[in-house]
Amino acid sequence: MNLQVVGACLIALLTFAVTPAYSQDEGQRASTGGAQTLEDILARQKGLKVDESFRRDNLGNPENAQPISGNLGSLGGVSNSDIYRGIRYSETDVKVSNNGPAAEILVQDGGMEWLLTRQGGIQAYAGYGIGGIILALVIFYFARGRMTIDGGPSGQTIERFKAFERFGHWCLAGSFIMLACTGLLLLFGRSVIIPIFGHEANSAIATFSIWVHNNIAWVFMAALVAIFVMWVAHNIPNKLDLEWFAKGGGIVGHGHPSAKKFNGGQKLIFWMTIVLGASVSMSGLSLLFPFELPMFAKTFGIINSMTGMGLPTELLPHEEMQLAHLWHAIVAITMIIAIIAHIYIGSVGMEGAFDAMGNGQVDLEWARQHHDLWVEEEEAKGAPIRQAGDLR
Amino acid sequence: MKTMFAAFAFTIAVSFGAYFVLSEMGFSSAEVQSAPSVRLD
Repeated sequence: MNLQVVGACLIALLTFAVTPAYSQDEGQRASTGGAQTLEDILARQKGLKVDESFRRDNLGNPENAQPISGNLGSLGGVSNSDIYRGIRYSETDVKVSNNGPAAEILVQDGGMEWLLTRQGGIQAYAGYGIGGIILALVIFYFARGRMTIDGGPSGQTIERFKAFERFGHWCLAGSFIMLACTGLLLLFGRSVIIPIFGHEANSAIATFSIWVHNNIAWVFMAALVAIFVMWVAHNIPNKLDLEWFAKGGGIVGHGHPSAKKFNGGQKLIFWMTIVLGASVSMSGLSLLFPFELPMFAKTFGIINSMTGMGLPTELLPHEEMQLAHLWHAIVAITMIIAIIAHIYIGSVGMEGAFDAMGNGQVDLEWARQHHDLWVEEEEAKGAPIRQAGDLR
Repeated sequence: MKTMFAAFAFTIAVSFGAYFVLSEMGFSSAEVQSAPSVRLD
């Protein structure tokens, strides 16, 4: 009995809920002669999806044109409002003297969504993400302290990375740091730099930043390929990595988990750098050559076919650029967050770690504690052991 | 550390090289975005 009452109430509620939608689509639309209704405007203001077909498809009909000598005959059956709607929804065949398909799109309201996402979610992600990782590392440093070499340095060193490996690493690192800094300056120019330093300063900073960003990107892409070729063989995941992660890289419990040339954490950073670096490079190339390398419509088509999702597969040239821009920022910020942790552990976080990329020689005891299996391999190959400070 | 500074110097040199090569090849924004009828110089 109670269930029947509840069911009846639900049906009544649903009826009231559905009725306004029905009246909006049919009754209200008819009352405005097919034009926009108050419900449309209110729904748009609330950010709800509005069916725009009543405007998008209302582009006039040349077959109904007045004779050329009649009233409005020269318009050819298409009123000024019809023409404007055509421009508004990119349905009109526009002829321009500028280059490229993008110039033919006169109105593209998706730009507002791009701007709001960039100034809202993307900036928040960058601010909280980068600020959060720095705060977490500071707390970790004061709580855990610097990871030292158990028993102190041995005074003997072994070559960890050859000169060409370090060269490749620093090309990638140097270009990435410059790309990250200039990218953040561009992202926060309007919301941070202009209010503090003014428009002129932001103009100079943005001009410098985009020049550096556009041109240093080539070094990043080339170094990414070089790093992949040099180290991929050493970064194939194996069972040792699971043990390394189970012990938290030595943070959990006592002792150091075994590792070859790269441990589980380093492999994670390697694959993150390669995968996200390739992705940020692809979207970066799309931005470097505007409208020449659209890739999102095709990618969405592949995702749709694999997952059954309904992502849009027909995108305007501007929408392709806006998606590339947003994706570029999201991936880059993710990389920045991860690389800050990488920089921490490779410098102040761990005694002896920087030497690996500094002069290439690491303390033998450090190497035995963090890469014991690699040291065994090197010693079996007869790798020279030097006294600390002897860089011949 | 020499290798690190050499890599940074190489990075700066390649950046300038990329700028001049791409400009010479007609990949500047002005050239890409304008029609042949537009005089840029």
